[in-house]
Amino acid sequence: MDRIYSHPQSLRDVPTHYCPGCGHGLAHRLIAEAVDELGLREQVIAVAPVGCAVIAYDYWDFDCSEAAHGRALAVATGIKRVRPQNIVFTYQGDGDLAAIGTNETIHAANRGENLTVFFINNAVYGMTGGQMAPTTLLNQKTSTTPEGRNAQFQGYPLKISEMLALLPGVKYIERVSLGSAQDITKTKKAIKKAFMNQIEGIGFSLVEMLSPCPTYWGLSPCESLDWIKNIMAKEFPLGVIK
Amino acid sequence: MPRIIINKDKCKGCLLCVSACPQGLIMIEGGFNLRGVKPVKFKPGGKCSGCALCALMCPDCCIEVYK
Ligand SMILES: Cc1ncc(C[n+]2csc(CCOP(=O)(O)OP(=O)(O)O)c2C)c(N)n1
Ligand code: SF4
Ligand code: SF4
Ligand code: SF4
Ligand SMILES: [Mg+2]
Repeated sequence: MDRIYSHPQSLRDVPTHYCPGCGHGLAHRLIAEAVDELGLREQVIAVAPVGCAVIAYDYWDFDCSEAAHGRALAVATGIKRVRPQNIVFTYQGDGDLAAIGTNETIHAANRGENLTVFFINNAVYGMTGGQMAPTTLLNQKTSTTPEGRNAQFQGYPLKISEMLALLPGVKYIERVSLGSAQDITKTKKAIKKAFMNQIEGIGFSLVEMLSPCPTYWGLSPCESLDWIKNIMAKEFPLGVIK
Repeated sequence: MPRIIINKDKCKGCLLCVSACPQGLIMIEGGFNLRGVKPVKFKPGGKCSGCALCALMCPDCCIEVYK
């Protein structure tokens, strides 16, 4: 009897601190599988964010660095420029990449850094207590928008992937989802493509993953996946953006 | 026959595997694990196809599939 599925080598076999049904666990695993399948384990360097995934380096079994909140792409730029032989990726939440780190994100993309970005969009600030994020949907209740996000006061959900796609330095952007088995399979393909682009020197590649945060969505893990499919993916359409 | 092994003490009881199994072969176990959550177990006597959808959906890498 063959073992056809077990945890990837690049993921430590330890329990994580994530809530039940959290998308970070899925995203970590898919990235680890892609690293193993592409044979990158000795070559890859991850830059972890500030956010719920702040200790991702305790879970991935390859080299990792940490960056100050939002500055992952600035740190990754430095690492890649002095160690071009390494495959460098950032892993960032919506608060990290699209709020406090917007500046670093836009300029790394505009410089066309040959980097890979995994952008975990869960439409809230998970780590700090479920506050509104730039990607929070209209009418979505968060701890700072208890009546729901109102465009008049809080603006609209920020489509940073579409904005970045306008920059000539950006070579590949795809939005995927962790909301179903089929979507997870597509996500893995997108992750591999974003790594391959860096290996082949093609340039700045970003994969945005719509990711469940059952805790601050106030939904069960199963309901959270339905919410991604039926509501979130309407505001953030899936597919290749560039 | 294909089978799965669930790491009971790593399980967080999110139930994503339960809804992923096309044959409804995963169920809540009843007791508590070392984490203090109710883990899931494979239904006794169930005929697993080895499709691995449960393992694909588990955010905590608790499921191994053998075929
Ligand atoms: C400079 C700085 N400002 C603010 C914070 C507080 N802070 C920590 S995580 C976070 C937001 C995290 O949200 P996100 O990036 O979406 O990650 P998630 O937890 O949702 O995965 C904030 C504002 C901080 N750690 N450092
Ligand atoms: S708060 Fe949300 S994002 Fe953070 S670990 Fe819990 S479910 Fe995951
Ligand atoms: S491998 Fe497929 S059939 Fe077997 S328990 Fe998992 S989901 Fe069900
Ligand atoms: S998906 Fe994983 S963590 Fe969730 S109930 Fe099933 S085995 Fe447990
Ligand atoms: Mg977030």
